[in-house]
Amino acid sequence: MKELLSDSVFFGVLISVVTYEMGVFIKKKWKLAIFNPLLLSVLAVMGILILLKVDYTVYYEGAKYLSYLLTPATVCLAVPLYEKYELLKQYTGAIMGGILAGVLTSLVSILVCAWAFGFTHEQYVTMLPKSITTAIGMGVSEELGGMVTITVAVIIITGVLGNMMAEVVLKLFHIEEAVAKGIAIGSASHAIGTVKAMELGEIEGAMSSLSIAVAGLLTVVGASVFAGLL
Amino acid sequence: MKYIRQFLWILLFSFVGEVLKYLIPLPVPASIYGLVLLFVALLSGVIRLEAIREVSQFLIEIMPLMFIPAAVGLLESWDALSGVFWQIMVATVVSTVLVMGVSGVITQWLIRRKEGRKS
Repeated sequence: MKELLSDSVFFGVLISVVTYEMGVFIKKKWKLAIFNPLLLSVLAVMGILILLKVDYTVYYEGAKYLSYLLTPATVCLAVPLYEKYELLKQYTGAIMGGILAGVLTSLVSILVCAWAFGFTHEQYVTMLPKSITTAIGMGVSEELGGMVTITVAVIIITGVLGNMMAEVVLKLFHIEEAVAKGIAIGSASHAIGTVKAMELGEIEGAMSSLSIAVAGLLTVVGASVFAGLL
Repeated sequence: MKYIRQFLWILLFSFVGEVLKYLIPLPVPASIYGLVLLFVALLSGVIRLEAIREVSQFLIEIMPLMFIPAAVGLLESWDALSGVFWQIMVATVVSTVLVMGVSGVITQWLIRRKEGRKS
């Protein structure tokens, strides 16, 4: 059984897709934010691996083909953005202002939390890029002397949290404009959040895609300034 | 044939993104270069939307699946994380909610101010 699973190329992809589909089904049945398909899928796959005593590396041998598609898929986010170009042109100022405010809020809130919890400088810079897309965040963390594996973990947790809480948070802050919703989700929770923004609507999805790139680049600059503050 | 050609374009932009990442010493991933380049190519008419529409739709739709392997990888970084897990979780939740709230509120306020000025 174990040899079969470790030799199979499709096992990793299959359990990922099956658990995600189950997550979608559960979410449809009980419309609670906690029943987030991505979160459920991740927890279920973790459970299966632990239960069957399958190593992560064995699972990843197959599942890596899903990760492989992430770069081309991210490139494709240019399409929804292009389709909403008129909107982007019309509200350039508001969009850029909103993303900049988000990036500053992220850096300041991490600084305050680091101070409150007594983080070391290393822990602090590890957390700084938490709201941006993994590949940029890893680079920032490495450059500032952070722990890159933890940065990746924090970025993923942020994404899943953002994906899960988006609808509640938007309601809480009375954010009703589609453009503002997209900017909010993308600035706070990068590509994983963008999946939720796509669900909410085309405008939300396009604006969230834009925020991944812009917030990511602004954070490269901002984080290097903020790194000197603690 | 249509899908092969569409996939080709998308792979080409991904590859050019990798080339730029190699040439430019910034912590910017290939995917972001590719996204910006494809956006510019679409705007300038170098490539038409029809040339990539279906395959890009497919890739974007299955995108959530692509995050599962990395997220399951949290199992591996648990040892490094466990000591400061609760502090990190609190900081992450607080910060994520604030960033989403502030960027959304500011964007909305700027949009409505602009609209108000127009009417």
